[in-house]
Amino acid sequence: MFEVRWHGRGGQGAWTAANLLATAVMLDGRHVQSFPAFGPERAGAPVLAFTRISDEPIEIHCMVYEPDAVVVLDPTLLATVNVVEGLKKGGSIIVNFDGDAEELYKALGVSKGEYRVFAVPATKLALEILKRPITNTAMIGALLKAHPLASMENLEKAVKARFPGKMGEANMELIRRAYESTKEV
Amino acid sequence: MRWGWSRVSGGKVPKIPLEKQVRMAVNGDEAVAYAAKHSLVDVVAAYPITPQTIIVEKFSEFVADGEVHTEFVPVESEHSAMSAVVGAAAAGARAFTATASQGLALMWEILYIASSLRLPIVLAVVNRALSAPINIHCDHSDAMGMRDASWVQLFVENTQEAYDTTIQAFKIAEDPEVLLPVAVNLDGFVLSHTLEDIYMLPEEEVHKFLGGYRKVTGKTYVDYLGKEVEVKLDPANPLSFGPLDLYDYYFEHKVPQIEALKKAKEVVKRVNEEWYELTGRKYGDGVIDAWGVEDADIIVTVLGSTAGTVRHVAKQLRREGVKVGVLRIRLYRPFPFEEVANAIKGAKVVGVMDRALSFGSFGPSYLDIAATLYTMKERPLLVNYVYGLGGRDVPPSLVRKMFEDLIEVERKGEADKPLKLLGVRE
Repeated sequence: MFEVRWHGRGGQGAWTAANLLATAVMLDGRHVQSFPAFGPERAGAPVLAFTRISDEPIEIHCMVYEPDAVVVLDPTLLATVNVVEGLKKGGSIIVNFDGDAEELYKALGVSKGEYRVFAVPATKLALEILKRPITNTAMIGALLKAHPLASMENLEKAVKARFPGKMGEANMELIRRAYESTKEV
Repeated sequence: MRWGWSRVSGGKVPKIPLEKQVRMAVNGDEAVAYAAKHSLVDVVAAYPITPQTIIVEKFSEFVADGEVHTEFVPVESEHSAMSAVVGAAAAGARAFTATASQGLALMWEILYIASSLRLPIVLAVVNRALSAPINIHCDHSDAMGMRDASWVQLFVENTQEAYDTTIQAFKIAEDPEVLLPVAVNLDGFVLSHTLEDIYMLPEEEVHKFLGGYRKVTGKTYVDYLGKEVEVKLDPANPLSFGPLDLYDYYFEHKVPQIEALKKAKEVVKRVNEEWYELTGRKYGDGVIDAWGVEDADIIVTVLGSTAGTVRHVAKQLRREGVKVGVLRIRLYRPFPFEEVANAIKGAKVVGVMDRALSFGSFGPSYLDIAATLYTMKERPLLVNYVYGLGGRDVPPSLVRKMFEDLIEVERKGEADKPLKLLGVRE
């Protein structure tokens, strides 16, 4: 079982990202679960979403407390949310971040070697491609670079079913660029 | 492994092999909406505002896109929604609605009318807490409010079962031996908003399973018409439904209703078997879904989505050498007394999990299980755990704590307290 926790803010599409990844994995033939942790539904408030992936049918129904990877859609969350909480030893942190590695480690409050840390300038790429600072799909690309959980082919099917037409094309371009731009730091 | 659809691979080949079924990633609400779509529902009446579910939102898309023949009636309250499906079902339609928490509470008055008029309505209940304080999350308080209303109540464990059970519900409700409404309960958010990979049937296979559109099976001789007519509202052959019936006959008229609800249990079992032949999926014997109970010293009973988490922990404990079992109660009303008794009779301790509380008493299913045990000569010790009110999450660590408590009860040979609040801060 591989468990992902998504950190975003209300309206940024963390739940959609969790669902798109789950749909792509389902198309790959594995078992999935994805769901949000609903709080008061306010735009801008920190929110969580989760994706579980397994070769066996998934029996448990509860939140994810010890994820294998956390994905941070919005770097401003690092100042207020402990995104590392419960993360498995050696687990991955994938952050939308445009800066140097030292700065990122400081913001995360972790030391080198504790976890695997990946960075991608997702906001910059989203503004360039979508003309909007929406980073949820970009961060799926970044996650796939860190962990090949789903094939790009099936992710494309899932994304294009969710966003038909030009919107789907643009999101796939963003996912591919984010995938290429993601670096372990 | 005793988990419904995971047995597909090992069992016999179903009539519709998996490669001919449709694999999709949907949440529990969408699964129910697709099931209603596949079930040739004639009328959906629903209150379209909070606390409505995505079920009718999704279904209204099918209506808008012309994918169903259904008459969709958006009404001004849940009281009206249930009233409208009562009218539709009395006219011979296959009728469906959905609600949650306060919405179900507002339906309450009409719930008794639906069942007492013997109308085979299907209602999806997305289980959510009741106010006050305001809370949108999962518990079973709403469903327990309709416990005594003569409805068949089924609780599902996952998104796949939500789809399967919604279709089965129409078959159970419309069975001539039953003719009672059926409520399909799925845990709010934990299932309603959780995307899982499931198999659906090709639509025409569901049509065949249900025998096409609903058929009115009851006939009655009407003296003022001088002929036998179908029991339904029909302007050409006018009938009255539910007229005044005082102490001279009301009581007698309850007897067939009592009998029909009893018979529903066997029909639920039969439909579970038919579904297995067709799809390769079944849920225990249809009324209970037992895991590891045969030689268990400690058994936990549970309804709904928490069952999987409990089984997950039970498997760990088995690996550690502790003999534990899990009994999921799928059919809550009519309560399967004999089946539960057979499943738990060998245990030394039984923990009963309830995601609701009868304030001033115990959790509702504790009372049923205590009644089950009373007739036994040798009874296991019984502890009631009320858990997860208002959506409090139930992680494996909390379930483990409960099992550890039960192990302690077994060691001591007595329960210190019969009612415990699991996971509440002190």
